Amino acid sequence: MSGATIVLRGRRVVGGVAEGEALVTREAISGWGGVDPMLGEIIETRHELRGQTFKDKVLVFPGAKGSSGWSVAFHTARLAGSAPKALVFNDMTTKIALGAVVMRVPAVTDLDRDPLTIIETGDWVKVDGDTGTVEVRKARR
Amino acid sequence: MVTLTREEQAMLDGHEGKGKQKAMELLVRYADALGAERFVDTVNVAGVPGQSSVFLERYYRDARSQSSGRDAIFSLFDLDSDEVVAMPTVGTGSCHLQGGYDPDNWERLGATPEAARASRDSEGYAADHGVRILKTCTPYLAGNVPRLGEHCAWMESSAVVYCNSVLGARTNTEGRESTSAAMLTGKIPDFGLHRDEHRLGTHLIEVEVAVESIMDWGMLGYFVGAAMQDRIPVLTGRFGQPDLVRHKHFGAAAASSGGVEMYHLVGVTPEAPDERAAFGGRAPLERLHYGAAERQRTYADLNANARDANVDYVMLGCPHAALEQIAEACRLLDGRKISTSCRLWIFTSRAVKQEADRVGYTRIVRDAGGHLLTDTCSAIGRALPPGTKVAALDSAKQVHYLPAIMGIEAWFGSTADCIDAALTGRWRGDLQ
Repeated sequence: MSGATIVLRGRRVVGGVAEGEALVTREAISGWGGVDPMLGEIIETRHELRGQTFKDKVLVFPGAKGSSGWSVAFHTARLAGSAPKALVFNDMTTKIALGAVVMRVPAVTDLDRDPLTIIETGDWVKVDGDTGTVEVRKARR
Repeated sequence: MVTLTREEQAMLDGHEGKGKQKAMELLVRYADALGAERFVDTVNVAGVPGQSSVFLERYYRDARSQSSGRDAIFSLFDLDSDEVVAMPTVGTGSCHLQGGYDPDNWERLGATPEAARASRDSEGYAADHGVRILKTCTPYLAGNVPRLGEHCAWMESSAVVYCNSVLGARTNTEGRESTSAAMLTGKIPDFGLHRDEHRLGTHLIEVEVAVESIMDWGMLGYFVGAAMQDRIPVLTGRFGQPDLVRHKHFGAAAASSGGVEMYHLVGVTPEAPDERAAFGGRAPLERLHYGAAERQRTYADLNANARDANVDYVMLGCPHAALEQIAEACRLLDGRKISTSCRLWIFTSRAVKQEADRVGYTRIVRDAGGHLLTDTCSAIGRALPPGTKVAALDSAKQVHYLPAIMGIEAWFGSTADCIDAALTGRWRGDLQ
């Protein structure tokens, strides 16, 4: 099945509109020490996405964990051209809010359905940070 | 949208100068992202303002040459501003956490002259603008001990969890950009742990095994972090009255495997005189147990990446060693020399290093073939002795990060296991 578009509604974190392929994880992401900002790669030893990159993807994840260097890691990824295109997440924290702000990518949270159950890696996702909506076009499987 | 006081609006409008204006602009974007409705005032900010890295030095090279040097990095990176502005003297109590390189040992730490110069310059820049240079992840061991209920804006997850849980002061896990902006303005969003209702416990953890050594506390913290993520655990059980060092290792571990920013130990920490107070009268969302099986599993997780028993590097001091931990390492060395196939580095703050120099510990470590170093650690500084393949560590936090960052193997154990590895070049640690 493809073609059907699912719309999730939530709250603006950072405005702007971007779209791209989803990279989805059910595990929170560590910034400093958990990602390589130059490559946009997850490096945390036992993370399910270890070795995968979020560069130019729409990152769909529960939230941020670990070091207070979260914002610096993702801020640096932005400067290095390795940042995700947009963020969709569940748990609001200071780490992720500041990281999203300095990454300057559209970010949405508090969605009316759990994005981790609706969105799968490979789906095409459009994030409208201004209206707080997320459009999901399921990948052909 | 965040509501501004007249004072905050004046800063945002530029009446207090360009620097404070750019800082306020960032703080407003941040507060709106959080959904915070107001700011709190703070006189205690801990961050890494203007800190250099080779990447930032190069990335902002053009901007730096066109304007007044280090203001470029502070404006464009710290304040995420699109224009370079002059950084004013800080407007509130501000200190610099760990970072850069030990000025007396940068070559040993593998820094290039370029990186060492940038580290020295950015330290001078922060100091010139009124920032106290503590250069440690343990500001509470270097004279910065906020009072119960005080609003702070701190970076460094292990310091944040200590600040909230042990001291009862209030801070979220801030980042470099938010602390740099808070240093100029004295403002931070009123969110999360600044508010009474968000400091209450959410989960009960019943500790069913004795937790005594620093290693025990590190393992318990690592278990709690993984189970809690960023929830607030309330612990009951057989843990007596842990000292500062045990809190330091517990909190650092819990803030690494998860994102724990606050915990309550019933009968120990200031906001948990009893279980009811810790939960604010609410029922725990969930009850968890930490028994022999959980302890065993945590030990296995912490040692999951280690295979080779030949240890070529021992690092102590994560978070930065307290004086009594350096004394313990000296006692364990017992006048012997470390193995020629192994290196021993112990990291601490400049303040504690000065004490260690005076009482002779620095010399004892050096006579054994090791080094007492400041400002950084192997993970933060990406600093290892040349050729390191297998490390031994007494910190659950360091073992969580160092293998991932540096691509080496690492064993976790007690301080005694680590000193034994330094002396013999072999890992013989086990769970007691």
